[in-house]
Amino acid sequence: MDTKSIMIVGVGGQGTLLASKIIGNVLLSAGYEVRISEVHGMSQRGGSVVTYVRYGSEVHSPIVEKGQADIILSFEQLEAARWISHLKKGGRLITSTQKLDPMPVITGAAQYPENILEKLEKMGIDMTAVDALSLACEAGSAKASNVVLMGVLASQTDFDDDIWQKALEECVPPKFLELNKKAFELGRNA
Amino acid sequence: MIGNEAFARGLYEAGCNLASSYPGTPSTEITEFVAKYDEVYAEWAPNEKVAMEVAIGASIAGARSFCAMKHVGLNVAADPLYTVSYTGVNGGLVIGVADDPGMHSSQNEQDSRHHAIASKVMMVEPSNSVECKDFVKRAFELSEQFDTPVIVRLSTRVAHSQNSVELCEREQVEIKEYVKNPAKYVMMPANAKGRHVFVEQRMADIAAFAENCDLNKVEYNSDEIGVITSGAAYEYAKEALGNDVSYLKLGIVNPLPVEIFKDFCAKHKKVYVIEELDGIIENHCKALGLDIVGKEIFGLIGELSPSIIASKLLGKEVEYDDFGENVPVRPPVMCAGCPHRGLFYVLSKLKLTVSGDIGCYTLGASAPLSAMDTTICMGASISALHGFNKVRKEQSEKTSVAVIGDSTFMHSGITGLVNIAYNATNSTVIILDNSITGMTGHQQNPTTGKNLKGDVAAKVWLEDLCKAVGINRVRVVDPYNLAQTEEAVREEVAIAEPSVIISRRPCALLKYVKHNAPLKVDSDKCRTCKMCMKLGCPAISIKNGKAVIDGTQCVGCGICKELCKFDAICE
Repeated sequence: MDTKSIMIVGVGGQGTLLASKIIGNVLLSAGYEVRISEVHGMSQRGGSVVTYVRYGSEVHSPIVEKGQADIILSFEQLEAARWISHLKKGGRLITSTQKLDPMPVITGAAQYPENILEKLEKMGIDMTAVDALSLACEAGSAKASNVVLMGVLASQTDFDDDIWQKALEECVPPKFLELNKKAFELGRNA
Repeated sequence: MIGNEAFARGLYEAGCNLASSYPGTPSTEITEFVAKYDEVYAEWAPNEKVAMEVAIGASIAGARSFCAMKHVGLNVAADPLYTVSYTGVNGGLVIGVADDPGMHSSQNEQDSRHHAIASKVMMVEPSNSVECKDFVKRAFELSEQFDTPVIVRLSTRVAHSQNSVELCEREQVEIKEYVKNPAKYVMMPANAKGRHVFVEQRMADIAAFAENCDLNKVEYNSDEIGVITSGAAYEYAKEALGNDVSYLKLGIVNPLPVEIFKDFCAKHKKVYVIEELDGIIENHCKALGLDIVGKEIFGLIGELSPSIIASKLLGKEVEYDDFGENVPVRPPVMCAGCPHRGLFYVLSKLKLTVSGDIGCYTLGASAPLSAMDTTICMGASISALHGFNKVRKEQSEKTSVAVIGDSTFMHSGITGLVNIAYNATNSTVIILDNSITGMTGHQQNPTTGKNLKGDVAAKVWLEDLCKAVGINRVRVVDPYNLAQTEEAVREEVAIAEPSVIISRRPCALLKYVKHNAPLKVDSDKCRTCKMCMKLGCPAISIKNGKAVIDGTQCVGCGICKELCKFDAICE
């Protein structure tokens, strides 16, 4: 098969690394060759973070570039806007409706763009927007919004539920497993 | 597994006995992962020079040994590198170096292949996690076969991208006998002259070996176009060009062979050299009189990618839609509750000239704190401040400070402080002691009282150390206490004596650090004076004309509360 690309974008500290770990686990269980690429260090300190996941029968490049992502999974609205240029024509955007002001907005040097979701819709993007933060709180922790988004992704892809459950069990610490399974269900039914 | 974990697995499987490293993105995880194997002794050294010397000692003692560092770390370790090239090894010696094309987390974009060439040391370069593991194992064999240290060069994308790796058993490698051999290991002129002859012959031998070594691979697909490449660039080229072109993929990037290049170029009508950073393979080809195309189309700056290669070679452009509106950048920031924030607020308020250094606190240079004038390399804050003050004298001594983290101070700040005491400037040095190596993701260091494995270790007491090198004025402040911090900084810059202020408070992200309840803004009391906004705290913003605090981020450090003149910030 042709290589497929997923991008996970968000803000340092939002739990994008766990998300990429879960997705990687699912894809490996499904029998694909998988390459995941992330950047550590400076950008983790509240900066814009991006993880690339590529899978197929033979994968070479670990990175996803403009116009190449089949799916973008965004943890924050502004990040969805920033990275939308990486979406392939006909690709899908799954985004949390959460907004986090970047420092230039906090200091007043820049404005947070208004109505990002409406604008993305107008661009004709195939988009699913979910209030992942509220659903995560409903599951028991604001920190589980990453796993809520995993649930949304699961509902839009056709990997078996067993594979997702196994990935959660292998990637999430046991004491948070129940909470995260609930977050996953809430995301899947959103 | 990520390239760095596969690298560590390779060390384990190769029977490596010892690893000594200094953390640096993107190389850090190699040593963290290898520390998980009980069979391998692993440590964080105070800097890369010490790390390499430890590994050299272990190699001479007969064990397979290793050290890791980022590209700029190799500059620090260059001194031992250039001479261990002469001594060669006893047990295999492998040096892991991670370059950072695109500068994801570095202060420059240097190409460490230059060090391999200049020091006359063999260098290999894997393209993915599978090769990371395999090449490390081969590197130990080659090190022992050719009596050379072997550098394994990574780049950010190889170090931090994951693919599946098959595991093997650990090879049982006995520690070799140590035999005293001054002609080989005592590098004074008489011995070194002999060893230089050996080094030149060795490099010629390795170059000849590289002609037929399976680490250098030819994939013959076409008579038309050939691509010469290595490392991450090979994966990009393969993605962009597939099997429509031929490849000469170099696993050994120093020394480079000759015939394999001539042969490859003769078989293809057009040959491209695709390499990240400098044109080292390209220059080798040109010196051989080969007609190739490289940097003239790819340039010397930043990372390559499949799109760049497809665009330059095939004229292919990908279509995409932009958001079409200015999207504000989201630079990294000091975390909510970061102990550095209070100190930098004071430096910003006092409008001091700040000689900066490498670590999380380099973020103090960003708006709104904007409290940093220079950042050069590890340790330069202190030594450069001395130079700055020597020429600008009293005028700058009273208006300038150096800032340096605890780990960076241990790395190479101490010698600068010795110089301030010894050669006497009335400089003020602030050690930002957050009790951890922060930027690279929480590594222990000699000031934390713990070692790499997390066990209790001897602890350097910064106060005693500073006094011992001749600084009489050493004081400790809590950067969460703005008034105390400001008073200390004012006094120490004013006084005609060298001084050290230790700004001490553990990193807010450390697991053992207890957070206070998040603070709130009483919007009735908030007058929108925006004093709290001067801190650049990611938890504070203005919504509907009033300050608000994001309770999910706030750790209750309370410095915004100290600044608020209207008591609008409360628990």
